[in-house]
Amino acid sequence: MPHLAVNELRARYGALDVLKGVSFSIEKGQVVALVGPSGSGKSTVLRTLVGLTPATGGNVMINDDRIDFASTASLRRARDQIAIVFQQYNLFQNMRIIDNVTVAPTKIKKRPKAEVRADAERLLAMVGLADKLQAFPDQLSGGQQQRVAIARALALHPEILLLDEVTSALDPELVNEVLDSIRQLAEDGMTMVLVSHEMAFVREIADQVVFMDGGVVVEHGPPAQLFDNPKTDRARNFFGKILRH
Amino acid sequence: MDRIIEQIPRFFTADNMVLLLQSAGLTLAMTLVGCVIGFVLALVLVFLRQTPGKWAIPLRIICVTYVEVFRRIPFLVVIYLVLFFIQTVATNASLFTIAVISICIYAIAYTAEIIRGGLESVPTTQMEAARAMNFGRLRTMLTITLPQAWPIIIPPAIAFAVSFIKDTALVSQIGVFELTFRGKELNNQGYSGVLVFGTIALCYFLMSFPLSMLGQYLEKRLATPRGQRTSRKIRRT
Amino acid sequence: MNYTFQYGVVWDNFGALMEGAWLTLQLGVFAFGGGLLIGLICASIKTYGPLPLRILVDSYVVFITNTPALIQIYFLYFGLPELGVRWSNEACVLIGLVLNAGAYLTMILRAGFLSVRKNEIEAGLTMGFSVVQQIRYIIVPHIAKSVYPALANFFIVVLVMGTSVGALIGVDELTGQAINLSSINYRWLEYFSVVAVLYVALTFVASIGLALLGRWAFRVKVRIF
Ligand SMILES: Nc1ncnc2c1ncn2[C@@H]1O[C@H](COP(=O)(O)OP(=O)(O)OP(=O)(O)O)[C@@H](O)[C@H]1O
Ligand SMILES: [Mg+2]
Repeated sequence: MPHLAVNELRARYGALDVLKGVSFSIEKGQVVALVGPSGSGKSTVLRTLVGLTPATGGNVMINDDRIDFASTASLRRARDQIAIVFQQYNLFQNMRIIDNVTVAPTKIKKRPKAEVRADAERLLAMVGLADKLQAFPDQLSGGQQQRVAIARALALHPEILLLDEVTSALDPELVNEVLDSIRQLAEDGMTMVLVSHEMAFVREIADQVVFMDGGVVVEHGPPAQLFDNPKTDRARNFFGKILRH
Repeated sequence: MDRIIEQIPRFFTADNMVLLLQSAGLTLAMTLVGCVIGFVLALVLVFLRQTPGKWAIPLRIICVTYVEVFRRIPFLVVIYLVLFFIQTVATNASLFTIAVISICIYAIAYTAEIIRGGLESVPTTQMEAARAMNFGRLRTMLTITLPQAWPIIIPPAIAFAVSFIKDTALVSQIGVFELTFRGKELNNQGYSGVLVFGTIALCYFLMSFPLSMLGQYLEKRLATPRGQRTSRKIRRT
Repeated sequence: MNYTFQYGVVWDNFGALMEGAWLTLQLGVFAFGGGLLIGLICASIKTYGPLPLRILVDSYVVFITNTPALIQIYFLYFGLPELGVRWSNEACVLIGLVLNAGAYLTMILRAGFLSVRKNEIEAGLTMGFSVVQQIRYIIVPHIAKSVYPALANFFIVVLVMGTSVGALIGVDELTGQAINLSSINYRWLEYFSVVAVLYVALTFVASIGLALLGRWAFRVKVRIF
């Protein structure tokens, strides 16, 4: 039984069909990387999984439990298990860093304050921001905000973590730090769906790569197979361009 | 002209001034209570108006209609409607209550638009982040969007309340002992109209002008943000 | 609540209400028109005039906008006769409203004047426009575009909040008619609810008219709602 199974998922923005039937599945503790050209719908897949973009077709199962996107209760249950790190971080601008991380665990998950606080401080230290607890988001650099967003997602103790291009705003040194954290999470058995342009990283960490283009999955498989022996022209074209540098 | 000058010492007696002061207090109290309650109810109205889903369409229509309709009816007509409506359901309601309810009804319609504009200025991604973490709509509004919208909401809301100090003059018509009513009373007692209404105008001016200055000062204060917003701009470049 | 609504008597007197609505519309249009004239003069003085005149305009605007229109009208109606100036109640309301609207329109138009930037005028000069042509083709359209929505909005304010004040010194505009008629037979709720609907209808027609005028004359989009 896969931990997360996405089956023929469809979504649209207004009249624009963005996802035209996307399928993939992940076992518990696996890492799936979504790759593909800009605008291919990678972010939309993640947004749909947490119910921010309504699914117009297909289905999503978590542990064989089907998410009913029309039911608030079902969506709530899904969001309880999934945490997302947005491409644009989306930290709460009116809250200090520490509150950004603790607000949902205390207010929504109703965990004890002291425990959440200690957890948050540990997570922020892990991403190298122990000295920024009292800062506001826009006093931080893009990379720092990105790391806060990761800590905020982890503080929710999710079973499935969705990461949208978490390294795109980071300096090269920081990329390694963040990638190390993600690697650690993978070793600890967190189920992850990540969108990334870092092919070297994807190759190292992902159990499975899903190549998307134009709202459909063109090809998927283990990284070695996809990167070195793509079956489709589109994939060969894409990886050929990206892997050259 | 001579009559006016001759009246001046008789008009500016301690008794008359105390009366005017009390009435001015009543004017301010009515405006404050009405606008504060109106503001809170406007928050509720905006919250209801943003209810998503098909089943809530009638609710949204009611909220929009309320705002549109009450911005198009004279305050005086609202006062009369409230007065006679309340008197048929609760005969012992005080005139002050009736005045405050009228002010509320009006303030809701105007401040709801101000609040809506403020909330809409907050990027939707903030709400999405909250939604992805299972925040309810009410909690999102109270802890995420409203705190970010205050700088946009507060200055025009204060400006509205201050300008409404003047509009409360109309409730003199139903006999609330506020400033304008006192003026008419003193005028009826034989005091010169120039003297009485000049003084009353001055009283309104002394309430309205400093408060509107305060409002403008607050607007500037809120527009120059605490360290944060400037750094956001720098980063974008 | 055991009140029974009886609208029959209101329909019997509907003609009188319509006369009131007509007077309301006239008062609104004239008050706004007069105010616009004052506003144009005062805003020009504020932008181009000498200091003493500017101070005078400032005092006028600050004093009028910080006191109730009702008190200004009471002053004209109850105060001025003592100084030998006696106007009818309708004249008092109209003059009061013109003075009142003039102050607010000065502020609105002044903001519009400020929005015309120097370089646009210079651009006009280099293109060889005469001064008159410049005003006709550059300045007026620009100001109109930037202030028209505010003007349209303010017209509704004058039409609703402004004119109804007249009722309090016995002018038979829409609200005044409602007071007159309902104090005869005590059908206050009926009269005033119908009058409320009439105000909504009147202002909607005005809003739509202004939106069309704005689109036709200045190519500005004005929201009706
Ligand atoms: N809020 C929106 N409204 C309308 N269209 C949108 C919206 N968000 C995304 N789209 C469109 O949906 C398509 C897929 O967008 P998506 O963000 O999923 O792409 P992506 O694969 O994540 O791209 P990138 O690598 O640039 O982040 C694009 O064509 C985009 O223009
Ligand atoms: Mg994306």
